[in-house]
Amino acid sequence: MGSNLINRKIFTLLKVQYSNMLEYRVEIALWAISGIIPFFMLNIWTNNNLNESINITDIMLSRYFLCAFFVRQFSVVWVVFSFEEDSLMGKVSPYLIQPLNPFFRYFAQHIAEQITRFPFALIIALFFFIFNPDSIWIPSLGILFLSVISTFLSFLIQFLIQSIIACLCFWTEKASSIERLLFIPTLFLSGLLAPVSSFPEYVKTWIYLTPFPYLIDFPANLLSGNSINLSGGFSMQILWILILFPVFRIIWSAGTKKYTAMGS
Amino acid sequence: MKSRKYLKVYRQFLHTSLASELEYKTNILIDFITAILSLIGSIFLLSIFFQNDGGIGDWKFEEALIIQGIYTILNGITNTWFNPNLTEIVKHVREGTLDFVLLKPIDSQFFISLKKINPSGFLEIMLGFFLLIYCIKINQINLNLGFLTLCLITIICSISILYSLWFFISTTTIWFVKTWNATEVLRSFLYIGRFPLNSFSFSLRIFFSVFIPIAFLTTIPSEVFLGLSQLWKIFVEIIVAIVFLITSRKFWSFALKFYTSASS
Repeated sequence: MGSNLINRKIFTLLKVQYSNMLEYRVEIALWAISGIIPFFMLNIWTNNNLNESINITDIMLSRYFLCAFFVRQFSVVWVVFSFEEDSLMGKVSPYLIQPLNPFFRYFAQHIAEQITRFPFALIIALFFFIFNPDSIWIPSLGILFLSVISTFLSFLIQFLIQSIIACLCFWTEKASSIERLLFIPTLFLSGLLAPVSSFPEYVKTWIYLTPFPYLIDFPANLLSGNSINLSGGFSMQILWILILFPVFRIIWSAGTKKYTAMGS
Repeated sequence: MKSRKYLKVYRQFLHTSLASELEYKTNILIDFITAILSLIGSIFLLSIFFQNDGGIGDWKFEEALIIQGIYTILNGITNTWFNPNLTEIVKHVREGTLDFVLLKPIDSQFFISLKKINPSGFLEIMLGFFLLIYCIKINQINLNLGFLTLCLITIICSISILYSLWFFISTTTIWFVKTWNATEVLRSFLYIGRFPLNSFSFSLRIFFSVFIPIAFLTTIPSEVFLGLSQLWKIFVEIIVAIVFLITSRKFWSFALKFYTSASS
């Protein structure tokens, strides 16, 4: 009975958010296009023969950047911005009364958006293969399955980090600037612009202890078939989720106690 | 007479928006740290390209730093003026408040482009200038009046092109209502301005100089800095800038004919 109710909740949330997202197809298509930075980077890498210095072939590198594009597409999180707007507008108050943590609503929003985005990402990949026919490959089913899981874990890590930042809205009202600050290391260290294996040694010594390389570099390398430490990557992803989740719980309960609705 | 009135109005704009932005002092500090980190990140990325004597597009590392400096200045200008104002157009159109703007006895493009200001961008502009001064030192560029005027002209042209691009995209709001994500696409395209044009493949070079003239924004001013630029390139940039400014103006008045206010 109880699990049935939860199932229904999840299903309804997803359905509502999916139909909501379908309204904004063009927006989501544009958003998908705005994620093509990895392809520009690939262009720089191959056009200047930079890959020779890091012992990756052209083809593997182009697969890597395509996968980085995909992983990024399905791990984009914007919960801070939604939450900030809702909390400034006072929309959080009705959500708090409902017997459901508002973050489930945002979570469903993200999942629904990813489903809507999927066909657009496929179209972009198709264009990529038309221009780079050499790099066509079909990953095995097992690899595909594992990389979907690791992309989802990467999404979860980013969702938790942003939710923690979003909770800071209870104290500062404008938390999105903190998110923009945190986005910078994510951009440069996650492997979106350059594979982590190309980083200089003094960075590589500590970077694998941070969550960043597991956000894009690890899933992208997994999917593109480059060599990786499979168990190490997964355990670090899970470790970070296990660290971040309690932090979120604590900050959420502290924040809701602190919360005073606008005008009260 | 008329310009005096506009100057007076602009002083009022400055006063009100600075007052409201300074309400969030920590935000400004965080934005500044973000700008510094972002610059460090791009220099880090550049250093990856240059490790093992790699190099991109026949540019030396010290020369490529000039591009970063100019990009940082332009990005600061975007964050100070273009971004806060032109994303506001979306809000004006959606909520129907564009009516109030059009009714004012002042040029609507002036009002909409300069109403707000974000002081944290100033610090970014200064950061860019410091980097440029440093670059002038390490590249042993000798300063003279002719050189400085050419630099100033090309940078002003770049700013005009950048403004027109932003204004174009924002103006399309009048038809599509929500173009928030279109500005994201522009932002991601602008990202390639961090790198010299000839580090990209031929087709991308054509695309970014003919269709979307991002190539002009940073590469030509940097070439002027290095004394590499031919005179015709500077002329082309001036012409492109003038054409863009005029068409953006025409496009705005054309678009306004289609504006039907909210709920009418």
